[in-house]
Amino acid sequence: MTEAAVCPVHHERDHPLHPPIGFAEAVSDGPVRMVWPNGVEAWMVSSYAGVRQVLSDPRFSTRKGGQPEMRTDNGEEVLDPDQPGNINGIDGAEHMRLRRPLSRGFMVKRMNELRPRIQQIVDEHLDVMEAKGAPADLVASLCLPLPSLVIAELLGVPPEHQELFQATAGDLFGKNGSKDEYLAHATKLAEVLTPIVEAKRAAGTNDDMIGLMANDTDFSMEELIFLCIGLLAAGHETTSNFLGLFTLHLFEKPDQLEVLRRDPSRADVVVEELMRYTVGQLGGPGLTRRATEDVEVDGVLIKAGDWVSVSLMANLDEALCPRAEQLDLERDAVSHLGFGFGPHQCLGANLARAELQIGLRTLFERFPNLRPAVPVTEMRYRNDMITYGAAEIPVVW
Amino acid sequence: MTVRIDQTRCIGSGQCVLAAPDVFDQSDDDGLGVVLVAEPPADLLPGVRDAVDRCPAQVVTLEE
Repeated sequence: MTEAAVCPVHHERDHPLHPPIGFAEAVSDGPVRMVWPNGVEAWMVSSYAGVRQVLSDPRFSTRKGGQPEMRTDNGEEVLDPDQPGNINGIDGAEHMRLRRPLSRGFMVKRMNELRPRIQQIVDEHLDVMEAKGAPADLVASLCLPLPSLVIAELLGVPPEHQELFQATAGDLFGKNGSKDEYLAHATKLAEVLTPIVEAKRAAGTNDDMIGLMANDTDFSMEELIFLCIGLLAAGHETTSNFLGLFTLHLFEKPDQLEVLRRDPSRADVVVEELMRYTVGQLGGPGLTRRATEDVEVDGVLIKAGDWVSVSLMANLDEALCPRAEQLDLERDAVSHLGFGFGPHQCLGANLARAELQIGLRTLFERFPNLRPAVPVTEMRYRNDMITYGAAEIPVVW
Repeated sequence: MTVRIDQTRCIGSGQCVLAAPDVFDQSDDDGLGVVLVAEPPADLLPGVRDAVDRCPAQVVTLEE
């Protein structure tokens, strides 16, 4: 093989809903070497088949320690590589030990049982938004509170602890702070969680996620607390960002919004297509693995020890579906990579689906004339190495 | 046509249940995928093929 060109990883976009400038061109000819802002070099894989291979082949390890996206820009490790309960930093049997009990808590039928409660939370928040009147910030009114309230209930945080819990979790995930700030907030959240876990252990119940982890597994207290924090992080950031980004894409594509308005009962298929397209348009790198052996991906030899990032721009690969670069809400659901792939695929995918389906459908049913109060290009966006979304979405109706 | 799930590698993602709810379920005991109809009729096969494709752990197989 020949040594491929080295290009920088960056997040500058010429439009907030489009991939980083030059990214598509840089990755179009198969895996390329990219340098992260913290100096780590990694292969970037962006084809549909290549991304599926990297995320599912056990020769690519997710073990942390030096991983590019888990370092700050000055090279500091965000997480201790051996942090107990870091489910995204372990492979094989060790990973299965943590993953399987959690999967039980996120079963499809369990998520379906939650739907009436999710609907209720959405309705209550939209009631408040309507009563306060336009303009409103959709992020503060719905996108942020919905997933954080749902995950707190799913975990089983008792009502009397909810306020403190939400405030502490908001401090931890609401802003991009330094590593020291992150650790201070994480410690505070652990202090809030510990007595809750101890109470569930004493009660011996398993009807919520904390109870299930406390009583039906061999998890240590440290693992359990860190898993709770991980579930909260995922619950806060991702679904909230995507509910906002989906809405913005629909604002920018009125013909597609019309498809949802015409038949809101197709919200499930609509959410799959929005997920495929939105994640594809984010483009930039996210998930990273390390080759444990020499492996060929898309005709390029990746050597043992090399870092490999995947770009979920793979969702726009014609190998996945025809006219993949277009948002087409009339399309049947396809096997997109919006929730990742392989054994580490998003644990909360079925919960996210339920929240996004109910949230989006109800939003445009309640406010058929919902529109942005300022141009989408003039809104404020939050960006770090892993997540991206609108900080505020001013709307009128 | 026989549908199987390799439970030793199943992660309980439930993608098979979403793809073909008449053919797959998740066990109440451990959340892992279970096959309800091992020899599904022809009209259920598209959903089963979708499940084979979507399974993130690639543990659903259809022997044709």
